[in-house]
Amino acid sequence: MNVTRGFTGRPRVHNPGLPPGQYDAGADWPVLSAEVTPDLAPADWSFRIDGLVERPHTWDWDAAHALPASAYDGGIHCVTGWSKFGVRFGGVSLDAFFAVVRPQVSATHVLARSHTGYTANLPLADLTGGRAWIVWEYDGTPLPSEHGGPARLLVPHRYFWKSAKWIAGLTLLDHDEPGFWERNGYHERGNPWEEQRYSGD
Amino acid sequence: MTETPTTHPSSPAGASPAPGADVPARRFAVPGRIAVSEQAAAVWQTATLTEIRRETPQTATFRLAVPDWAGHLPGQHLMLRLTAPDGYVAQRHYSIASAPDDSGHIELTLDHVPDGEVSGWFHTVARPGDTVELRGPLSGFFAWPGDRPALLLGAGSGIVPLMSMVRHHRRRGLTVPLRMLASARSPEELIYASELGAETTPLFTRSAPHGVPVGRMAAAHVAPLLAQQPPGGWEAYVCGSNGFAEHASRLLVAAGQPVDRIRIERFG
Ligand SMILES: Cc1cc2nc3c(=O)[nH]c(=O)nc-3n(C[C@H](O)[C@H](O)[C@H](O)COP(=O)(O)OP(=O)(O)OC[C@H]3O[C@@H](n4cnc5c(N)ncnc54)[C@H](O)[C@@H]3O)c2cc1C
Repeated sequence: MNVTRGFTGRPRVHNPGLPPGQYDAGADWPVLSAEVTPDLAPADWSFRIDGLVERPHTWDWDAAHALPASAYDGGIHCVTGWSKFGVRFGGVSLDAFFAVVRPQVSATHVLARSHTGYTANLPLADLTGGRAWIVWEYDGTPLPSEHGGPARLLVPHRYFWKSAKWIAGLTLLDHDEPGFWERNGYHERGNPWEEQRYSGD
Repeated sequence: MTETPTTHPSSPAGASPAPGADVPARRFAVPGRIAVSEQAAAVWQTATLTEIRRETPQTATFRLAVPDWAGHLPGQHLMLRLTAPDGYVAQRHYSIASAPDDSGHIELTLDHVPDGEVSGWFHTVARPGDTVELRGPLSGFFAWPGDRPALLLGAGSGIVPLMSMVRHHRRRGLTVPLRMLASARSPEELIYASELGAETTPLFTRSAPHGVPVGRMAAAHVAPLLAQQPPGGWEAYVCGSNGFAEHASRLLVAAGQPVDRIRIERFG
């Protein structure tokens, strides 16, 4: 251990919800997207699932809202070090979308893409079982555009760059294909509990 | 690590959609500028503080000896960590202020954030001879290899990674056009003020010397630069708080800069 002379740090808080190396950002919700925030109206939003599925499908705003509503209440974790607790997102579970398109057995990975062209890759298993959502509400109000509104992907058990803002679609693949940050030195999997921040972690 | 810019095509994501599918416009898809060394990013190295230079009342530059530094490109950042005697760790990202060189040293410039855990240690405890740990350089997205004309928009400590680009440009005697708009609250708070040259237009948001206008960055500052496009067009780099990044990137878009030629680093 390489102790820094004279460094004591903040009073220790015992928070089992805090993954290693993260701190509680409290009320702050930093914005870290690398691109210009798009002006995307709900009427211009669409969400498509294609690739290795039985029935590729595109939902518009109303069709997506017609699926059963589902909410997430918990924490989110950003690779830059902050975590935020007690966040409430509303939308639809990805399971409901997958039930329509029916993934083929050969599908193992997913490339998520945004209306801006941003991409992020995930194993398909990380997106099923009630652990991933398409969300359009934050704390009961429409998701602000700088946080990915009108709708974003939400995968709270991975670092937050995987939760692509301004979500446009998912392509199911039989192999892993790196997304935007993954091509820029970030980890393929991004599990905050194993501190998988950068490639090689 | 390599200094050769990679030419990833901004390929559309994933498999080709089914015929007739409504494919949304992909306007961003900005490729990274360089290949990133996975090894450098994964290894924590010990860095020794060799010098502290005051820049402004709120900021200072910290020079660090990093014997095994793998080299960086202007615009890249690193992750730095401090460790308490009980093993508690605080880690933060910092942009690299110095230009790439082979001195075995790098420089960081830190704003003293009120009650800041890490910046507070640097500004009130740190002295030459102290050691910290860091890993990097990280992220090729905001890097500038010195190839394309660069239009730099920064505010506050957001000019730190941009200064690495300005220094690199000078040190190498590059002729590719480079211009910077540097926003600060007042002349006293403009970081690197004595080092800025004709490439930089300083803007002051709270107070300015007699005769110099006070105000936020506006279309009138950005439009003339976009009116004189260099061959190949500008690659725009925007850095600062999220509020500044939103404002400045919107000004660029309104003035006609293509969104896929705007790179944004937000300090959170
Ligand atoms: C890519 C990148 C590059 C960056 N480059 C630079 C750079 O070149 N220069 C620079 O100065 N900064 C840079 N930053 C910002 C830097 O990473 C830190 O966020 C900054 O130094 C503040 O860290 P800190 O530990 O001093 O403050 P923190 O302790 O994180 O505090 C920040 C604020 O939050 C409050 N706060 C946070 N947590 C708590 C808590 N648990 N209890 C009470 N209050 C809390 C503090 O009061 C303070 O106001 C960069 C950030 C990124 C993402």
